[in-house]
Amino acid sequence: MIYQIIIGLEIHIEPNTKSKMFCGCQEDHFGAKPNTQTCPICLGLPGALPIANSEAIKKTMQLGLALGSNISKISKFYRKHYFYPDLAKSYQISQKDNPFCIGGSLMGKKINHIHLEEDAGKLIHSKDESLIDFNRSGCALIEMVTEPVFHDISEVMSFVKELQLVVRYLDISNADMEKGTMRLEANISLSTSEKLPNYKVELKNINSFKFLEKAIKTEIERQTNALNSGQKLAQETRGYDEKTKTTFSQRTKADSDDYRYFPEPDIAPIEIPGSMILDLRSRIPELPEQKRKRFAEKYKLSSDYINILVSDLERANYFEKACSLSKEYKTIANLIINKNFDKEYPEPAGLVKKIYDLGSKMYESAKVTKNAVEKVLIDNPDIVTSYKNGKGQVIGFLIGQVQKKLKGKGNPKLVNDKIVELIRKNF
Amino acid sequence: MNNIPLTIKETQEGLKAKKFSAVELVDSYLAQINKYNKEFNIFLTVTEEQAYKKAKEIDRSNFQSPLSGVVVSYKDIFLTKDVRTTAGSKILESYIPPYSATSVNRIEAAGAIPIGKLNCDAFAHGSSGENSDFGVTKNPWNKEYVTGGSSSGPAGAVSANMSLVSLGSDTGGSTRQPANFCNLVGLKPTYGAISRYGVIAMSSSLDTVGTFTHTVGDMEIMYDVLRGEDGFDGNVKNFVKPEIKKRFKLGIAKEYFIDGLDAEVEKMIFEVKKTYEKMGIEVVEISLPHTKYMVPVYYIIQPAEVSSNLGRFDGIRYGNNRNSFGEEAKRRIMLGSYILSAGYYDEYYEKAMKVRTKIINDFDEAFKTVDAIISPVSPTPPFKLGENTKDPLKMYLEDVYTTTANLVGIPSLALPSTFSTSGLPIGFQIMGPRFSEHALFELGRKYHQEIDYKPKIAL
Repeated sequence: MIYQIIIGLEIHIEPNTKSKMFCGCQEDHFGAKPNTQTCPICLGLPGALPIANSEAIKKTMQLGLALGSNISKISKFYRKHYFYPDLAKSYQISQKDNPFCIGGSLMGKKINHIHLEEDAGKLIHSKDESLIDFNRSGCALIEMVTEPVFHDISEVMSFVKELQLVVRYLDISNADMEKGTMRLEANISLSTSEKLPNYKVELKNINSFKFLEKAIKTEIERQTNALNSGQKLAQETRGYDEKTKTTFSQRTKADSDDYRYFPEPDIAPIEIPGSMILDLRSRIPELPEQKRKRFAEKYKLSSDYINILVSDLERANYFEKACSLSKEYKTIANLIINKNFDKEYPEPAGLVKKIYDLGSKMYESAKVTKNAVEKVLIDNPDIVTSYKNGKGQVIGFLIGQVQKKLKGKGNPKLVNDKIVELIRKNF
Repeated sequence: MNNIPLTIKETQEGLKAKKFSAVELVDSYLAQINKYNKEFNIFLTVTEEQAYKKAKEIDRSNFQSPLSGVVVSYKDIFLTKDVRTTAGSKILESYIPPYSATSVNRIEAAGAIPIGKLNCDAFAHGSSGENSDFGVTKNPWNKEYVTGGSSSGPAGAVSANMSLVSLGSDTGGSTRQPANFCNLVGLKPTYGAISRYGVIAMSSSLDTVGTFTHTVGDMEIMYDVLRGEDGFDGNVKNFVKPEIKKRFKLGIAKEYFIDGLDAEVEKMIFEVKKTYEKMGIEVVEISLPHTKYMVPVYYIIQPAEVSSNLGRFDGIRYGNNRNSFGEEAKRRIMLGSYILSAGYYDEYYEKAMKVRTKIINDFDEAFKTVDAIISPVSPTPPFKLGENTKDPLKMYLEDVYTTTANLVGIPSLALPSTFSTSGLPIGFQIMGPRFSEHALFELGRKYHQEIDYKPKIAL
């Protein structure tokens, strides 16, 4: 039986804000000693209150604006309740109705919404104890939820990679899977018709693009086999085990959650003025797709070269800076991509200078040049005569002819010298 | 010293004139605490050492700060750095907070001397002081009677002269009702006037920091020290003290005269009306049509928020486990969780929020014609210990007049008025538009001048 694959994504991005979502503690916690970046607010101590981080709100809206979302005129935070030892207040401040961004799309894939929330702490299990590190507790987290619009794995992979790039271009986050600043969850189901089936399997615990690809593939196989053998599939959350390369059940619907959402009374509804939206919109830089198009038109590079350059904003900027100094676009791209010259020369000017220095090696050899000059002189006796008669300016014509023969690869100085030398000697 | 002064002004004049020192003041209050606390169960923790340390500092100063030498005590839901804070619950029996509430910091920065932490209904759930896990507080005016609640200790402490002023909280009347039951001035401020940071949350959209004093003048001093943005409570706004009107017009809602209203309290309200009229202040009848929904709406929103706020006391981080929750807390956690659960949220919480908006509209309308509204605080004078404990619903009806100001977010000043025939204090409250506290103080002062009110202590 052939099934239609249906996948929706939930993507969490930890923004590169200075402070956490609701307090002044440092947001970046990578490698920090456990529980060194906490305060009463992110520890959820009695009496503590949240203050929403406007930088995080702006970054969320900017992502939405870049992807064509509608921005809610009034946005609200909600309390989402569940019990887990790493959740300090027993509720997470998140969003439900009126998230900051509604709708939008990327690569033609529809986005349901983008909202802002706080992260939980981290449980660290050892043999006989479990410890809680609250450094991550209260960190800002942007969550994008797509519609269930992906029908094969390659669509998912190009979407998440493009999103990572967009987020980096917007300077919202470095979105590193390995550091956990980008986290992916996929909701997967198989259908025999156009309709959504009555179950979905939520895949969690994925910490690299590679594993996402493998996990989805494995899960689709598992679901296909189950359906083929007549089993009914249940709504559940499954994790991916990198060692066994299988997915395993974590939670089934029987114990599904009732989060008891209600509007967070400690944070008044946030009005987003039109002027702020205009300001944020005006500060959206060129996005990867626009850059690809422009590079194709302006620099006439191959799409492979363009993709490589655009996938790294720093490299793309380096490339453009070099191109403003020299028109040798292809050479520049080639040296960056294949020779990593951008690493060797931190300044694009250094690279361009290098290109000129390398010039001699790239011109035709002296021998080939000499042969070409000889041929041109033999073919144009009249011009040679004029030259000898004192019409020095005709040398330009001769040089042109030589360069034509050498397909432009003649070293101009060498060509000039050879012409003068050979006329004097032989003609 | 023999007579402890009952106002901030007299206290500071005495200190400046060297009639007594701050250390001697502390001696006197501590003597009163040592004499009566066992019997009345007002203080849970006495911070003697801290009090003397601060008193010595004050004695070295020139008494120029607004609260220099004012001895203060805090309801035990105000976090005090390094001093045990229980919220009146066994759950937090041994909880030592690492930080202090904004109010505590402000008061102490203004020169106040902290003398201890006060009993209250556990997590501020109650209207009588009988829900404390550390035992009931008895009314200093008559120990057979309740102090009211949930700020039982703060009312007890000031009326028993164990501190000059005290801080409580007011989520549905928890400052005004005990103030009334103990012959004190009590203020429930505008929601957003005073930071809630560091006050253990009960119901976040209703909670306010309450204050107990003997006089309206002291209340104004306290209020001006406490109010204003602190950068930690995002709902707090700064405002400039407004110009006070010369002519006032007051309203009394016809909906307030309900079946359960005690005859003595009703009579007192009419006396208050007459007193104001005697001063040439017009008092008119107004209508607040949604008054009957007050208690039902309050008992939807409040338990919902309570169930959310108490979730963190999960037995992992705060010492005692969840078995230590008292009956009332458990009742509200269950009610609140039910109210917020999927399928019921729309029916209860959302509907209650809509009615809350209608109630707010009632008041917006009313304040177009009157400057303030006079109302009873409690439908009855203080009741006997144990009288209402068997029937939680009856206890909830205690809040019929007080929940209003919390649901609407407006300030309300509770004023002592007279004593009932059985010798217990009764009084009224006066509510104004948001941030109209200073006008309420003016109206309170006028009333007290007219009836020649003198602060009195019970013990």
